[in-house]
Amino acid sequence: MGDFIYIYVFMLAAFTGYEVISRVPVILHTPLMSGSNFVHGVVLVGAMVALGSADPSDPLQIGIGVVAVFLGAANAAGGFVVTERMLAMFKTGQKKDGKQGASK
Amino acid sequence: MSFELPIQVSYLVVAALFVLGLKAMSSPVTARRGILWAGIGMVIATLVTFATPGMGNYLWMIGALALGAVVAAWLGRIVKMTDMPQMVAVYNGMGGGAAAAIAALEFAKEVAKEKGLFAQVASAAGVEHGLGLAATILALLGSLIGAVAFSGSIVAFLKLQGLMKKAHRLPAQNAVVVVVLLAVLGLGAWIVGGALEGWTLVAFFGLSLLLGVIVTTPIGGADMPVVISLLNAFTGLAVGLEGYVLKNPALIIAGIVVGASGTLLTQLMAKAMNRKIGGIIFTPITGEAQAGAAIQGSMKEASAVDVASMMRFAEKVVIVPGYGMAVAGAQHKVWELTKLLQEAGVTVKFAIHPVAGRMPGHMNVLLAEAGVPYDLIFDLEEINEEFAQTDVALVIGANDVVNPSARTDKSSPIYGMPILNADHARNVICNKRGKGTGYSGIENALFYGENTRMLYGSAQQAISEVIAAVKTMM
Repeated sequence: MGDFIYIYVFMLAAFTGYEVISRVPVILHTPLMSGSNFVHGVVLVGAMVALGSADPSDPLQIGIGVVAVFLGAANAAGGFVVTERMLAMFKTGQKKDGKQGASK
Repeated sequence: MSFELPIQVSYLVVAALFVLGLKAMSSPVTARRGILWAGIGMVIATLVTFATPGMGNYLWMIGALALGAVVAAWLGRIVKMTDMPQMVAVYNGMGGGAAAAIAALEFAKEVAKEKGLFAQVASAAGVEHGLGLAATILALLGSLIGAVAFSGSIVAFLKLQGLMKKAHRLPAQNAVVVVVLLAVLGLGAWIVGGALEGWTLVAFFGLSLLLGVIVTTPIGGADMPVVISLLNAFTGLAVGLEGYVLKNPALIIAGIVVGASGTLLTQLMAKAMNRKIGGIIFTPITGEAQAGAAIQGSMKEASAVDVASMMRFAEKVVIVPGYGMAVAGAQHKVWELTKLLQEAGVTVKFAIHPVAGRMPGHMNVLLAEAGVPYDLIFDLEEINEEFAQTDVALVIGANDVVNPSARTDKSSPIYGMPILNADHARNVICNKRGKGTGYSGIENALFYGENTRMLYGSAQQAISEVIAAVKTMM
């Protein structure tokens, strides 16, 4: 199989993504876009791996790697905070038990 | 996959948490749980990655990570709910930029290796090098998509933030886009063919960034949500492709899942606006160019007291909020009015158009912020039949989404867009700051309707006056 297995991973992941979203109500579109924006923040992991194997004596490599990690971390952290903030506000009319704690 | 077993297992768990998290986020009841699961997944992924064998540069890594996380989390805390779409655009652009930067770093390593500077160190490191044909192609593709997402998102942010007002259109815009795209692809093919050098790479990344700017600059603010959603899907795809380059399954799965779901979400949005994704990117609405047929008739004004008595003694009121309400910060007042009317025995519902606000669901978030329970909120398909049995439709700061021209006037740029049938209600009250066209510059036939009364003034003040008047009638 070799690298061909990755094509299967790509394909199955694509179907999964499509299925997972297909029954979402409109009221959740914005938080969901924000949530999926958070999930691709996992690019941080790739940035860390790439920086981790960069040549420490090459300022260009370190520079690009630091930018990558910075951007990836910002994507992940920012994406989480705004999604959480939005979702924390959704509540039904029946039970007004308030916010479940302000902590994240 | 060159990592050790515990790390592999962790990434597997992370991938599952992401997928389950996204799934949970598609229902209001479980949504909060969903983001927490995904968040836990992200923390696991990050911690485990520190343990990847053969890694170095930890000081740089931790410094950049802490700085990025703290700055972004702080911005995320203070951003106003109305500014959420552009904030998401910024974070999304950062993700795309990170994906492009990963590829740039891998290429920089390759270039250095070919100079013979770094051969031993690279092969000792855990990550496989000597990219190979497939990885080089996918890395370039990921860079192109990531760079476009990065620069495009910045333009989207500038537009929604009001820092870039006009939609500039280059002469022969579409031709320029095609030429730049072909140039990027040609350069990419050359790099794959062996020209893996500093200047070809710089040109490749430079042109990719330029492409993102050229494509998004002519797009008007009204179409921006679809563009942000599309760029979000782009970033996911870019992350997935770079995941292949790094042979990292967590990146591949999370990236591709987001790429696919983001594409679907973009299609749903575009459909709700009756716009084709290709149409938004290649022939944007220009407002001035086509404003639809002129409308005959006059607008009839109503006072706050008139409006109050109409609503107080109605059986059923449907409120149609738009972005204008949110900008005026009137959602709290609207909720106060709703509670008053409910006390008086009036049935009150909220009708939300899929593109109310700046993104689908944005208005729901803004109403939720004011405390409106989501079971009072209905979307277009659920409520459109009910307008005929509605005594009063109160339109606050909404415009195009209630414009009947979309049904009748073929020359109108919004012709064919599904709209909320507010004009079918027995009485329609439209709150507007003043006369004139709205955000998109299109005349609204609803304002001239026989059963329509205009309530002029800023939403905040106008609704306060109505509340005061209703109180005298309780």
